[in-house]
Amino acid sequence: MVLAFAFGIACRLVKSEMAIPRDLYTSLSIYLLFALGLKGGVELSHSQWQTLLLPAIMTIALGLITPISSFMTLRYMGRFTIADAAGIAAHYGSVSAVTFIAAEKFVLSNMGEGSVAPFMPTLLTLLEIPGIQVALAIGVIGLAKSKRDQDRASGTVSPDAKSHSLWTVCHELLTARSMVLLVGGMVIGFIIGYDGYAPVKPFFDKGEWMFKGALTLFLLEMGLVAGSRLADLKHAGAFLIGFGIAAPITHGALGVYLGCLAGLDAGSCTVLGTMAASASYIAAPPAVRMTLPEANPTFYLTAALAITFPFNLLIGIPLYFRMALAMTGH
Amino acid sequence: MNTHTLTLLTIVAEALLKDRLIQEIRQAGAKGFTLTEVSGEGSRQRRISEILGDNIKFEVITKRETADKILTVLQQDFFPRYAVIAFMSEAQVVREDKYT
Repeated sequence: MVLAFAFGIACRLVKSEMAIPRDLYTSLSIYLLFALGLKGGVELSHSQWQTLLLPAIMTIALGLITPISSFMTLRYMGRFTIADAAGIAAHYGSVSAVTFIAAEKFVLSNMGEGSVAPFMPTLLTLLEIPGIQVALAIGVIGLAKSKRDQDRASGTVSPDAKSHSLWTVCHELLTARSMVLLVGGMVIGFIIGYDGYAPVKPFFDKGEWMFKGALTLFLLEMGLVAGSRLADLKHAGAFLIGFGIAAPITHGALGVYLGCLAGLDAGSCTVLGTMAASASYIAAPPAVRMTLPEANPTFYLTAALAITFPFNLLIGIPLYFRMALAMTGH
Repeated sequence: MNTHTLTLLTIVAEALLKDRLIQEIRQAGAKGFTLTEVSGEGSRQRRISEILGDNIKFEVITKRETADKILTVLQQDFFPRYAVIAFMSEAQVVREDKYT
């Protein structure tokens, strides 16, 4: 699978015209997200709510901490503008579903079936939204404040541009494709349980050939997209490249640690750490573009796609796995 | 053929502004519009990203005042922040009441 991703990058590097049609990319992402939600729901119908509570609290805590730490680092150490810092922070606060799947597969192939808690997809949906919201709120409030200060200094009142309110964004995020598919799949899975899932299992299950094949194709497409952004690395600057590597390591360690505190096993800690470390590129970009158009898309897309995603795939996930083993005393 | 002169307003914008622009066009009082997916490059010679989708083009045939109203909104809320262009020209139509 990693080879498919590398192949995608290579296609771009040799300037091949190879491209995956947009509709196939959309179909693949719908399939992967729905399958993820469905399996999560099925597992959830057999697990107890008490075991979910503490990990859920830790996940939401991660969703609040990671965007703030990202914003502070970018704004005060990296000297990014408020909009750019908040835009990038929104991506790092949210989570990448494909990185999540890759982490789960990595753990399963190393520790065997049952080594990842069944409710992890539920945590994935919990982490998807708060991170984006917190960072966007920081950005919108920060921009409004700096505009007021400017107005006061110059003694003029500049007209307020009609802004896209945070409430509208919240609605958009809750009804966004990725969210609807995950939650919808989960509800259906929860209702049908193991018996209802059995007939569609060969088509949707993570362990089956269909899912693995689709994921491989999707990673090939991700490689193509990441490859086409490699040229932007020189615009991104050394600080952002460093951030794209240091942020996932820090957030990953924090995620693994909080997972241990919540009493998760090593496999689940690895996945939670990966979730905290990953940067969203499906839900976050449109939300940021709408609400913080002042933020430069080159920065956030390059950081999330060309730096952090490949880093997590190649180095991050095995690293969080080691951390989880060490912290849980294996 | 007897024709009437109305204004054709063309707006090209990034795709994620679709719903907001439809709202503004309706609010200004235009009766309808044509929407197509388009692609191209602008003054900065690059597309923002394939992740954020391609461009869209609105064509609105309406009264001059309505077109002005839409342009004012674009100038105030959209031009400074998003990738949008807009221009007007004259259009000859047969059924004036269909558009106004």
